[in-house]
Amino acid sequence: MTTEEVKNIVLEIIADVAPDEDLDGLKGADSLRDQLDLDSMDFLDIVMELRKRHKVEVPSEDYSHLATLNSCVEYLTPKFA
Amino acid sequence: MTQKYDAVIIGAGMSGLAAGIRLAMFDKKVVILEKHVISGGLNSYYTRRIKETKELINFDVGLHALTNFAKKGEKKRPLTKLLKQLRIPYDAFQLKEQTHSLIHFKSAQLKFSNDLALLTNEISEVFPKEIDSFTRFTAYLMEYNEVDLNAKYESARSVLDSYFKDDLLKEMIIAPLLIYGSAWENDMDFSQFVIMFKSLYIEGFSRPEGGVRTILDLLIKRYEEVGGELRYRAIVESIKASNEVHGVELKNGEYLETKKILSSAGLPETFKILNKETKFRPQIGKLSFTESIYLLKDKTPLKNFDSTIVFYNDSDIYNYQKPNQLFDKSSAVFCLPDNYDRSESQGYGTVRVTHMANYKLWKELEKTEYKEQKETVFGEARLLGEKLFNQELDVVFKDVFTPSTIERYTNHFDGTVYGSTTKLRDGKTEIEGLYIIGTDQGFLGIVGSMLSGISMANLHGLME
Repeated sequence: MTTEEVKNIVLEIIADVAPDEDLDGLKGADSLRDQLDLDSMDFLDIVMELRKRHKVEVPSEDYSHLATLNSCVEYLTPKFA
Repeated sequence: MTQKYDAVIIGAGMSGLAAGIRLAMFDKKVVILEKHVISGGLNSYYTRRIKETKELINFDVGLHALTNFAKKGEKKRPLTKLLKQLRIPYDAFQLKEQTHSLIHFKSAQLKFSNDLALLTNEISEVFPKEIDSFTRFTAYLMEYNEVDLNAKYESARSVLDSYFKDDLLKEMIIAPLLIYGSAWENDMDFSQFVIMFKSLYIEGFSRPEGGVRTILDLLIKRYEEVGGELRYRAIVESIKASNEVHGVELKNGEYLETKKILSSAGLPETFKILNKETKFRPQIGKLSFTESIYLLKDKTPLKNFDSTIVFYNDSDIYNYQKPNQLFDKSSAVFCLPDNYDRSESQGYGTVRVTHMANYKLWKELEKTEYKEQKETVFGEARLLGEKLFNQELDVVFKDVFTPSTIERYTNHFDGTVYGSTTKLRDGKTEIEGLYIIGTDQGFLGIVGSMLSGISMANLHGLME
């Protein structure tokens, strides 16, 4: 899977987890938490959806890799291989 | 064949349903066991027929107000957080905001609404010497981290003493916060006080169109959509556990195997059905209530009296404690659900009046005495209505429930509404896999109950 495809998967999940957020103009290198109204409960949902929809596991010690959109893609792409 | 579940939830109230949705949403096999024939627990509803007109009317039990109001799209609010977690759209709750509410003491009255400016303004008029302190106090509360699980107990009254000089103002500020959620008499933990202050005075009150049933129906529908199982008339006879949970045995003899139980039955109530001896002795709370519900022939009295909820106290000192008589008529919460949405002028006017009550004394009454005493409670509730409306009232229907009623329908020992004075904030018990959700986990109100179910399901059911 390409990085672009993984990025779209992540964006799709964020859109479902936080339906009121505007994802246009999201900056890839900046913290998701600062740009969107996401808290730890929402990050849990992102992790749970990755498992449910794509059988991708993110152990809790790796949650820090989900901080930005870019770091999500970098961390998750090998897992989608 | 053994029935096996990833998790068993005891109680289909707000917390149990919310927890169930979270677990089932992520493919856990989960069952909610409800003792009663309808859901809701402490926040439920019932139907009665009006004799003369044969109409069927729904009455709420519990819910006077949904505290923690937030407008659509408002960020970082408990209400919007829980909707997001349950994936229920904001508009589905159909919330109607209060007009304003009133703290009505012998020597003073203060109005508050979903905009703190009204209360601030009222205090500057009624207690002009205290307005600077009030501004400093609210600024302090805004910075305070009330959900810090490591916070030590601090008396809310002692914090109030350090900010305010006027005893009456202190009583008036704390009264609604006590009666809308404190399991303790007369004082409360300061962090609980801050939670309540924000949820009542800063966020404020609303009511779903159609009452509590609107929320319950949404939760049940959502729970079914994500594949959860809900059983009514399912009474848990015992929780089977060693150092860890093994399963539950139902009264009808069925055995459900599970390693996880989330119980909203209450802390003393849950430990009572544990099959294992333990030294843990959670306290049964002392506070219970009577509630009188009556229907006025029409809404005329409500036209001139536009408060939604009145926190009434006939003196200047507020006694929040178990009364020494059947009920305490010196104070009451007087709720007018029609004053959430005043666009509807047709139909009956509904009045609900809550008094503090003594469970044991009600429990001791013989059947005829019990009936007579309910009449006495209603008489006081009606008098209060006539006093506040300043007119005689034409009552077409009335009903009164007592601490015994609460105990019968919710199974909470001694008819407690705010549960045990022992709270388990992280939900963990000494038994691995047995978790407490709802009132005795320690979050308050309907929004608090749902957040309790959500956060405990997240913590103990999903983050493994």
